[in-house]
Amino acid sequence: MSVTQTQTLTPSMKRQRRADMRRNAFYLALIAIGLVAPFVAYPVFLMKVLCFALFACAFNLLLGYAGLLSFGHAAFLATGGYITGYLLASYPGLTPELGIIAGTLVAVALGAVFGALSIRRQGIYFAMVTLALAQLVYFIYVQSPFTGGEDGLHGVPRGELFGFISLRSNLAMYYFVFAIFLFGFALIQRAVHSPYGQVLKAIRENEPRAVSLGYNVDAYKWVAFVLSAGLAGLAGSTKTVVFQLASLTDAHWHMSGEVILMTLLGGVGTLFGPVVGAGIVVSLQHVLAQSPLGNWVGPILGVIFVICVLSFRSGIVGEILKSYNKNFK
Amino acid sequence: MTFIKKSLTTAVALAATAAMATTAQAEISDGEVRIGYLADMSGTYRDLAGPGGLEALRMAVEDFGGDVNGAPIQVFSADDRNSADVGASTVREWIDTRNVDMVAGLVASSVTIAVTRVLEEHDSFGIVSASAASSITNEHCTPNHIHWVYDTYPLANGTARAIVEEEGGDTWFMLTADYAFGHALEGDVTRVVEEAGGEVVGRVRHPFPTDDFSSYILQAQGSGAQIIGLANAGADTVNSIMTAAQFGVTEAGQQLAGLLVFLNDVYAMGLEDTQGLLLTTGWYWNMDDESREWAERYYERTNRMPTMVQAGIYSSTMHYLQAVEATGSDDPATVREYMMDQEINDFFARNGRLREDGRMIHDMYLAQVKSPEASEHDWDLYEILATIPAEEAYRPLSESQCKLVQN
Amino acid sequence: MTMIFGVPLAVFMGQLLLGLINGAFYALLSLGLAVIFGLLKIVNFAHGAMYMLGAFATLLGMRYLGINYWAALLLAPLFVGLFGMLIERFLLRRIAHLDHLYGLLLTFGIALILEGTLVNFFGVSGARYPTPEALQGGYQTGFMFLPKYRAFVLVAAIVVCLFTWYMIERTRLGAYLRAGTENPALMQAFGVNVPLLITLTYGFGVALAAFAGVLAAPLYPVSPTMGSNLLIVVFAVVVIGGMGSILGAVITGLTMGLIEGLTKVYYPEAANTVIFLVMILVLLIRPAGLFGKEA
Repeated sequence: MSVTQTQTLTPSMKRQRRADMRRNAFYLALIAIGLVAPFVAYPVFLMKVLCFALFACAFNLLLGYAGLLSFGHAAFLATGGYITGYLLASYPGLTPELGIIAGTLVAVALGAVFGALSIRRQGIYFAMVTLALAQLVYFIYVQSPFTGGEDGLHGVPRGELFGFISLRSNLAMYYFVFAIFLFGFALIQRAVHSPYGQVLKAIRENEPRAVSLGYNVDAYKWVAFVLSAGLAGLAGSTKTVVFQLASLTDAHWHMSGEVILMTLLGGVGTLFGPVVGAGIVVSLQHVLAQSPLGNWVGPILGVIFVICVLSFRSGIVGEILKSYNKNFK
Repeated sequence: MTFIKKSLTTAVALAATAAMATTAQAEISDGEVRIGYLADMSGTYRDLAGPGGLEALRMAVEDFGGDVNGAPIQVFSADDRNSADVGASTVREWIDTRNVDMVAGLVASSVTIAVTRVLEEHDSFGIVSASAASSITNEHCTPNHIHWVYDTYPLANGTARAIVEEEGGDTWFMLTADYAFGHALEGDVTRVVEEAGGEVVGRVRHPFPTDDFSSYILQAQGSGAQIIGLANAGADTVNSIMTAAQFGVTEAGQQLAGLLVFLNDVYAMGLEDTQGLLLTTGWYWNMDDESREWAERYYERTNRMPTMVQAGIYSSTMHYLQAVEATGSDDPATVREYMMDQEINDFFARNGRLREDGRMIHDMYLAQVKSPEASEHDWDLYEILATIPAEEAYRPLSESQCKLVQN
Repeated sequence: MTMIFGVPLAVFMGQLLLGLINGAFYALLSLGLAVIFGLLKIVNFAHGAMYMLGAFATLLGMRYLGINYWAALLLAPLFVGLFGMLIERFLLRRIAHLDHLYGLLLTFGIALILEGTLVNFFGVSGARYPTPEALQGGYQTGFMFLPKYRAFVLVAAIVVCLFTWYMIERTRLGAYLRAGTENPALMQAFGVNVPLLITLTYGFGVALAAFAGVLAAPLYPVSPTMGSNLLIVVFAVVVIGGMGSILGAVITGLTMGLIEGLTKVYYPEAANTVIFLVMILVLLIRPAGLFGKEA
């Protein structure tokens, strides 16, 4: 059977199969690295990277695959974080995974509303509308008693996963976060490669044509927006459980800017770009904050922004893919 | 270069101690006293603690001789960017990977509360010098941190009581920042004013932060109150004072009371707008010879006069190091117990005492900002009007909700 | 005494006037954004930083060069305008052929650099700039004490807004500008130096922001972060007004100042939020903004 099958394969199908195998091997290698990482590097730092990587991936789903630049994604990160944090801190019986699910669902709901308000706008208008909506959310969180305002929401217990796996140890927590990250990443990967993802890309490339082909463009974009908001909320919820607190930093518009930087630096519209970008930005902040250059984090990020936009627009992963495609295909 | 060398030696030392397995060594863990300085180095609160506070800390370490009973003192620092999660994760990492012995600085209340929880969880030690919230040694108290310089309670208590009782300012209008800190301060002031026989006739809660205060100042003018109490902080306070000057508030007979005003705020605004402002401070560089002597040494290093927070960082670090030296241990409980047994008297703290809730109480001072004519040079800004005795200034233990206090 | 919704008429009038003065700042800033957006199609995220630079140029000019306020009123916008032209010429032009979102990102990076660098040199406490002597004191109007300087700000801002409107709607240069907005390629074919026009426009837009900065210097503490919060509010104003129209930017700016001023009386806690609420309402009813054209 198999012999005859191989014989019927065209050369292009063979190439495709080889490419698939290579990709699977690549994924497996990365997962293996993720599994041993906490024994090499400091787990809390890795968890922070993973949370921001998920956040950036969620953002990239919107910018890279639907062509929509949201300048208000901090709102979803913060919403996930605050809801999860509030629930876990107020109801001691609640297990962390339920808290995270609840936080994510509220972020999804918020995303549905924001999406409905903003999705008809394009390009710059869309960016500004999302920014303004996120500011509204920020002010609400400053005012609401449940967020603790400026003081932040503290004392969120890490609790016991499913009621019996204690997350107090950094290692256990790490694997939980890693699993969440893989789930989010796989979801995005599936969405992007599904027929839905193809339509999304078609809309990004040529919206009028997609309309003329009979696609309900707004609905497609709205779904992408809600999915992105939900995953950003998931990242925020997870982050709250890791650090056991939620604060206004996550809701501030600077956070919306930071996630753009991560995505841009790593490579817009590539699956791994945001992960690499988040890793670099978080490490950079981490290293700079404890160095004599600590006061210069803002300007340094600014310079990276400018360099990226001027001469490095495909980002790190984007450039690597480009040169790979040029030299090996 | 020196920085690279230092981090190299730290790295070598870390590797060495890790190999030795830290258990029953000499009582100073790892044979080193490690102090981590965590503060806002680039944001809103940069000027009141920030890089200047780190310099004060370094000064203390140098003055102490650089080692405790032969164990070298290591200082490292990080910018918390006013973010609770950055602060908490930095401290967590310092504990997990560097085995930090004491965390100093600690500015924004949100960062401090987050950090003290990490400190308690890992049984480490922190000295809070720059945060304002009195909740830090009240409902948020832990056995693993102490609060050194000031908090909102004596600010409200000192300023408001003195104004009602001594200046005869009976009617108040409160200009309050609309978040937890502002509400707490407003509540404290209202209580003190009413106890002293005065009355709060009106208030307005402004969003945080606010760019333009003219509308609120106009409302305060309209209220006819004698005193306008500013229950806000930092840029908001500076802004409200400047706006009040533009609208001729003081000429019209009303007086401003700043509840949280730092030396750097007054310096930045200049005396023209701030003259006559009443405020409470934990320390002032020009209050006596001992303070002046220290402040001038500090000035030589930084080209700025120290705020009360920066002086407090020096003072608290010195006391901490003395405690480590005396007990031969950097164990949090041992050190804290020793510090509680000592009277605290130095250039910074007078009649000081560390209470069981972690509050270091000491004399506070009611000060008035000088007029431009009375000021002799750039930094000659305050006149000390009265001393508020330590025991009266701070929240009495009988009102404490701290879990460490038996009530 | 006549009361309006529980507030004495006098107080009410006073608050309206103050709201209008704040509105004048919004108008100036959103006008600059609108001019830049019209020709470059870029949302200038560095606008707040340029406003801040205007205030700083005024402060430092006085401190180190002895330039007085009245000279700064002219020189600071000129200086910042030139600086803006350099940015346009050497940075923005290189990405002009790309998606306009890159312009937004580039200017965001510039804002981060400018603000962060100044924080390291001047701290964040903010410095005080003295009110010019001729404008000290105030008028005791029937309903409030109005500082002379604030009255001046209102007049100056409105004069500059009208001047800008006149320039764009009634002069040859303005006609080029409007034509360039509609069809740059055709303009180029007619022999108009469009790249130069673009550089000048960006310079003029940020000069407007710097002018607002000079006006603000004696009112508020001059600090590196003074522009960053304001910027977001101005963005909301621009969304409400719709980005197409010059007049729309001015009218919306002034109106939002008034609405905010009234909120400060009746529900001060929401003063920072009300503009965003208005924005959502407007978006629901008119997605392109009040004066914007549907794309």
